Amino acid sequence: MAEREAVFRTEGLTKIYRVGEVAIQALRGVDVTFYSGEFVVLLGASGGGKSTLLNILGGLDTATEGRVFYGPQELTHASDAELTDYRRHFVGFVFQFYNLIPSLTARENVAIVTEIAREPMTPEEALRLVELQHRLDHFPAQLSGGEQQRVAIARAIAKRPAVLLCDEPTGALDSKTGVVVLEALARVNEELGTTTVVITHNAAIAAMADRVIHLSDGRITGVETNARRIPPSELSW
Amino acid sequence: MRPRALTRKLLRDLWNLRGQALAIAMVIAGGVATWVISYSAIDSLVLTQDAFYRESRFAEVFATLKRAPKRLEERIADIPGVAEVETRTVALANLEVEGFADPIRGLMVSIPDQGESRLNRLFLRSGRLPAPRAPDEVVVSEPFAEAHGFRAGDTLDAIINGRRRTLTMVGVGLSAEYVYQIAPGDLFPDYERYAILWMREEPLSAAQGTQDAFNDVALTLEQGVQPQEVIDRLDDLLRPYGSTGAIARADQASHKYLEQEIDGLRSSAGVVPVIFLAVAAFLINVVIARTVDQQRDQVAVLKAFGYGNRAIGMHYAGLILLIVAVGSLPGVLAGAWAGSALAELYRVFFRFPYLHYVLAPEVVITGVGITAGAALLGALRAVRKASRLPPAEAMRPEPPMVYRASVVERAGLQRWFDQPTRMVMRHLERKPGKALLSVLGIAMAGAILMVGNFQEDAIDFMLDVQFGLAQRQDLTVTFVEPTGREAVLELAGIPGVFRAEPFRSVPVQLRVGHRTYRTAIQGFENRGDLYRTLDARLRPVEFPPEGVLLTDYLGERLGVQPGDWITVEVQEGAQPVREVQVAGLVSEYVGLSAYMHIDALNRLMQEGPVVSGAFLAVDRAQQTRLFAELRERPRIIGTSQREVGIQSFEETMGETLLVFAFVNTLLAGSIAFGVVYNAARITLSETSRELASLRVLGFTRGEVAYILIGELAVLTLLAIPVGFVIGYWFCAVIAQAFASELFRIPLIVEPSTYGFSAMIVLAAAVISALLMGRKLYHLDLVAVLKTRE
Repeated sequence: MAEREAVFRTEGLTKIYRVGEVAIQALRGVDVTFYSGEFVVLLGASGGGKSTLLNILGGLDTATEGRVFYGPQELTHASDAELTDYRRHFVGFVFQFYNLIPSLTARENVAIVTEIAREPMTPEEALRLVELQHRLDHFPAQLSGGEQQRVAIARAIAKRPAVLLCDEPTGALDSKTGVVVLEALARVNEELGTTTVVITHNAAIAAMADRVIHLSDGRITGVETNARRIPPSELSW
Repeated sequence: MRPRALTRKLLRDLWNLRGQALAIAMVIAGGVATWVISYSAIDSLVLTQDAFYRESRFAEVFATLKRAPKRLEERIADIPGVAEVETRTVALANLEVEGFADPIRGLMVSIPDQGESRLNRLFLRSGRLPAPRAPDEVVVSEPFAEAHGFRAGDTLDAIINGRRRTLTMVGVGLSAEYVYQIAPGDLFPDYERYAILWMREEPLSAAQGTQDAFNDVALTLEQGVQPQEVIDRLDDLLRPYGSTGAIARADQASHKYLEQEIDGLRSSAGVVPVIFLAVAAFLINVVIARTVDQQRDQVAVLKAFGYGNRAIGMHYAGLILLIVAVGSLPGVLAGAWAGSALAELYRVFFRFPYLHYVLAPEVVITGVGITAGAALLGALRAVRKASRLPPAEAMRPEPPMVYRASVVERAGLQRWFDQPTRMVMRHLERKPGKALLSVLGIAMAGAILMVGNFQEDAIDFMLDVQFGLAQRQDLTVTFVEPTGREAVLELAGIPGVFRAEPFRSVPVQLRVGHRTYRTAIQGFENRGDLYRTLDARLRPVEFPPEGVLLTDYLGERLGVQPGDWITVEVQEGAQPVREVQVAGLVSEYVGLSAYMHIDALNRLMQEGPVVSGAFLAVDRAQQTRLFAELRERPRIIGTSQREVGIQSFEETMGETLLVFAFVNTLLAGSIAFGVVYNAARITLSETSRELASLRVLGFTRGEVAYILIGELAVLTLLAIPVGFVIGYWFCAVIAQAFASELFRIPLIVEPSTYGFSAMIVLAAAVISALLMGRKLYHLDLVAVLKTRE
């Protein structure tokens, strides 16, 4: 696998939060590489530093120490404008709590991203990919949790991002609904070749990944490569 | 590429915020309307004055004299800088109208025998000019005609130069020269008892004894000529003919009053809207910052998906500008409507024949611009705050606030308070800055509610002092010329006269260095009962045996203190110039005067014990007979009634001021409501999650409402006294701004004014609390807990 193209690379990534007078060390020198087109699950207990790592990769947060690269581009000291541009064109986010704009319909929640992207699919296409073509004009409050999360996925992939970063995408969902969401992610990964990083504390999900990275107490404690990816429909928890 | 979805978000957000947005729009409308009303009314007044002056060819220099031959007119025209000259005859007359017992003073002004005047043209409102050389036809001033309900063809009697004649009124007119028709020596216009009559020159000069001569002249000047140069030459020419000195337009009575009034309006009507708009701008800034603050997670999402700070800033700017537009439009419309109504009130008050209402674009632009600017600053401050955070952090709910035991609890008093009350106290203490802004906002709203009532209180007080303590005479009788003191004894002897006190009044120009002021020195006896001057504590002042007392405001204007010397240039008789020491300052709310002991004034004039007139206290029951008696005395030129003075003040200036104050109170009310409602609404959305959690834990609606409304109640109760302090300060600023030569308003704030402000703020709080209670009732517990924030 030596010819695989690296999408992300970090060197000694460290993050310290200060809450009042307490310093919390979320990352303690993380060195990791993500490759083009792979589906990675970041597994660990809550508080292990997964979200922090994802947020730094996505340009939503900055590291205290260490360096982070997107391809050849170093993000470590990128300006706010550079990070904005980076997020606009290369990254798709899916959050645990969906973070849809409550005053916009499903279609409009996707459109808000496609309207500023370079070569997006149409909102309708994106929503078809997550099988929501029949719920285009519903507001978030009129959709179930699983549907809202699928809108969030459609919104994330509609710009055809190079990477898709998902923070506990099934965290707020039951198993059956969670599988539907994971299927949508797997399909996007396969059909569009989008590098996908999924954070979860749910070990069952690890089976659908190319690689599983274990994160605990701010450090990488292990990396596994799955010989075979199990389709989400065969997962349950 | 225009992000249409963002536009749609904007419109839907606006719709979802409609309650708050409407309240904010109300504040904006209130501020903008006050601004537009005042400035458009004043602009219109100035424009109307200019237009009327230009149309009627209002003169620029005026002089009165005893009698000069007509041929002098040519020499006046030859003075360099003079453009046009008109000579005429002006006569004082006593008028009698059938069925009206009170004495009426009339000023008869000649117009050329043929056609119209060259200068100071009459503006005919109805009827026609007198026929050429018509001996007994006159045009009368409109307010006088209206006051008596005259129509063309009606007659009145005039005693001119001691001879009675019956005049037919053939027309009703207005003149730029007498826009403000005020009898000499009066403080306020009295349209029933003072009239201007225009008559053809030949018959009037025959009656006055100025055939082939004139006793009054008006001039216009060539472009760029300073009036003083012409005045000096004119004075040289006219002094031998008994001129008391020519005056520039700036000193012409009607124009001077008008200018003072407009200046007064400009500063008074200027200060109130500045206060209102500043308050509205401050409130909008705070409210909008907090409203946008609530959307911090949405700002983070937009950032996460690659929207730049500029795009997000523009988005919220758009939202805010829409709200500003929603508020400004009715504000400008209502302002224009009320502004034209106010301008019309001014027009009637000032007696302009027409009104040019103008709403200058600058007025709208500054008013709306200041509001929009304040709103945008508030919004951008919040957007910047939200976008400075890394999006990952902004999307998280705000970290739990560091609560701690409140002051009350630390003082060991917690056992007196139940848990919800402790929550209210901790809430307020948690964000003291926010609580302070809320208190300040509500306080400002309360403060502007005091402004309107203060004006009413102050005017009442001013009238009480002026007419209750200072001027207490029923009648003021003025003689044709200074007369021996025995005339006063004679007046005192007339049946129905209880008391008569003499006065001497000398027209003067006071000079200190380059500062001058034209007024009259009034000479009174000590221990007078009918006309007293008061010190700052409203106690009657003794007149010193020597020296002059000045109204404190006049002292300030001339820059003199007791003990300083001033130059008195007498404008009567031989026109002596004297140095007089300022013996003290007196406090007066109306007019600017100088006072001396009557004996000291007689000595200053180097004359015997003479008087200009007398103040009378009379028996009301015998008033009619008394008037008839006074009319028979040819030496009496005029009689004025105190009560009429009060009435006319209340009807004119008082009414205008109070209508204006009432409109301001209404607008202040709408601002107050908008602010209190917003404070409540924002508190609700900031705490709704917490309140829903409490409901889930088993708190009743009432208990939860107590926490929310308790906070609002504490804020409101704290704000009310703070509002009193700010309000008192606003009133002080307004009193300062109102101070003019015509009147000063005292800084008197009645308890009822405080009460009114507190009442309206409380009412707004109660209504807001009820609306919040309704929202709490419909609080969706599950939904609030499921979503973050």
